[in-house]
Amino acid sequence: MVSSSAYMILSATIFAIGVLGVLVRRNVLVMFMSIELMLNAVNLALVALSRQLGSLDGQVLVFLVITVAAAEAAVGLAIIICLFRNKKSVNVDDFNLMKW
Amino acid sequence: MNYVYLVPLFPLIGFLANGIIALAQKAGYEQRSPVRGWVSWIGCGSVGLSFLTSIVLFFELLALPAGERAVQKIAFPWILSGKFQIDIGFLLDPLSSIMILVVCGVGFFIHVYSTGYMAEDKGYARYFSYLNLFTFFMLMLVLSNNFLLLYLGWEGVGLCSYLLIGFWHEKKSASDAGKKAFIVNRIGDFGFALAVMLIFWTFGSLNFTQVFENAPHVLALGGGLVTAMTLLLFMGATGKSAQIPLYVWLPDAMEGPTPVSALIHAATMVTAGVYMVARCHALFLLAPITMGVVAVIGAATAIYAASIGLVQNDIKRVLAYSTISQLGYMFLACGVGAFAAGIFHLMTHAFFKALLFLSAGSVMHALAGELNMQKMGGLKKYLPTTFLCFLAGTLAISGIPLFSGFFSKDEILWKAFSSPHGHILLWVVGVVTAGLTAFYMFRLFFMTFMGKSRMDAKVEAHVHESPKPMTIPLIVLAILSVIGGYVGIPHVLGGSNRIDGFLSSVFAHGEPAAHEVAHHSASTEYLLMAISVVVVLIAILVAYRFYVKNLRIPKRLAEKYRSAYRVLLNKYYVDELYAKVIVNPLLNLALLLWKRFDVLVIDGAANGIASLVKGAGSIIRRTQTGYLRNYALSLIFGATLILVYYIFR
Repeated sequence: MVSSSAYMILSATIFAIGVLGVLVRRNVLVMFMSIELMLNAVNLALVALSRQLGSLDGQVLVFLVITVAAAEAAVGLAIIICLFRNKKSVNVDDFNLMKW
Repeated sequence: MNYVYLVPLFPLIGFLANGIIALAQKAGYEQRSPVRGWVSWIGCGSVGLSFLTSIVLFFELLALPAGERAVQKIAFPWILSGKFQIDIGFLLDPLSSIMILVVCGVGFFIHVYSTGYMAEDKGYARYFSYLNLFTFFMLMLVLSNNFLLLYLGWEGVGLCSYLLIGFWHEKKSASDAGKKAFIVNRIGDFGFALAVMLIFWTFGSLNFTQVFENAPHVLALGGGLVTAMTLLLFMGATGKSAQIPLYVWLPDAMEGPTPVSALIHAATMVTAGVYMVARCHALFLLAPITMGVVAVIGAATAIYAASIGLVQNDIKRVLAYSTISQLGYMFLACGVGAFAAGIFHLMTHAFFKALLFLSAGSVMHALAGELNMQKMGGLKKYLPTTFLCFLAGTLAISGIPLFSGFFSKDEILWKAFSSPHGHILLWVVGVVTAGLTAFYMFRLFFMTFMGKSRMDAKVEAHVHESPKPMTIPLIVLAILSVIGGYVGIPHVLGGSNRIDGFLSSVFAHGEPAAHEVAHHSASTEYLLMAISVVVVLIAILVAYRFYVKNLRIPKRLAEKYRSAYRVLLNKYYVDELYAKVIVNPLLNLALLLWKRFDVLVIDGAANGIASLVKGAGSIIRRTQTGYLRNYALSLIFGATLILVYYIFR
């Protein structure tokens, strides 16, 4: 069997890639995909630890996280569509009206 | 005796009723004549009822045996604060009963006079409400049984004086005079307040009976504490009763309506200081230094004010300086220990001074407001009633025998000479002042009523005698000026000096022991009496020669001694001196505090804090860039920091 530390390292790596994606990419849709990546990385960590500790709590939490991710994606995409209709752009740097 | 509280209560109700009417009129309700009638009836009726009650109380007091004539009635407790307990209480004894009779009696006639004098005035209801309020406060002052209630009345009459002097407040000189009166009064009241605090600190109580009965035991004779106490009390009296140095408000107070001058600045408010000194005689007798100060200031004020009155041309100014001078006599009496004589003179002075002021008002009413005596003359044939009443008042104030002023003034002069606290110099000053008084009063009389008319032709065409509401009080006061002295005929002239006997139960432990005055014989008293009468008669003859026979003599004298004349005419330039030394520095200090301190420092601090916050804000707001990725970066950055902290803890 693969040791659970491998799973943790994988989860951390995927999380870091997600974070970098949020910080670096300009396209709003790609930022969203990176956020989904981060959530899935956390799911992976939860399942691996649940297997290691023999408790089902982690897997139950995964269910909740998946649900929340889905709902959040729906709402977020709706907002992006509204933004696009107004600005005709998906470049996140163009949405900068809330400044001093 | 249980009805003592009614005496101040009636005028208070009158004030409230007239005040409501006045406010309603201000709000726009029309001034129809039935309302004027109500105001007159409420205004005069309330004081009249108080007068009747005072008479009843007087006879009830007489019915008591002489040693027990001091009744205290508590209405209700007012302040209960630990050891500091003050009641609304009334003390009815011979002193306060004489005072309420004078205040209510003279006050009633002045109210009646005002219904005629102020008949055309727009502020009729407001006038009567203020007058009633004044009467209320004055009665509270003289009836109170403790220092705090006396102080309440004291301040209240000062307030009403301000309101009434500045009654015609659209006129700048009137409102200025009102402010001057109030401010100068307050300076004296500051001393009075300190004295009250000192008394409480020493005795633990402000009740008169408790303070005065414990005074000889608690205070050392001639000690610093009692001298300080009494000097501070006297400072209050100099403000309220217009003595040197705080007399400057009284001549300006003549801006008010003439009945106000008669009531407040002749008969009642200015006598509050004398009443207070008489009431606190137990304290004053323990402080010989203060007694000396009181006597000297009284005598000095008397002669000083008389000298100014010699050359004034405004009829009311002469009477104002005359009031200051006569108040000096009353304080002279108190200063030499003759408190009963001082109160006697207070009573007779109330009669003849109110009479003189009201007659002056009658003259002004006839001449459509003319005040300058140089424009009067020959009014005898036009105003016969006023002429006779004014003559009675002038004879009384000059101290002509058989008139009231003679008995009271003579008593004071005798006591100034013979009392152990007295001195021959004080007597000399008193006699000289009596001569000056007679001179300037008869000057006023002759210039106004006798000789050739110097009136404007237009004014002369409309001269008329005053209506009944004005002449009847004049007649009553004239009768009182004549017979009012007969309650105090001294023993040497065969009388029994009943007022002295009546007041002796109040001043019993105050009068000097009999053996100390025995060495002055009756013949000395006759001699002094004769000297003062002769001086007065000479003064009247001189005034007759100057102002009836040959008017050029005073003019030539004025030119010959031009600088002296100018100094007297300008009242020794005291107002200018005060302005230069006290008023202007204070005003400049206030201006400096405003321009420099308030604007620069305080506003600067407040505005400075605001601009500091604004500056900090303008720096910090730059974090709000609007770029989503900046926010995301700071989010991640913070999360990392927290993580690092927890890993390495």
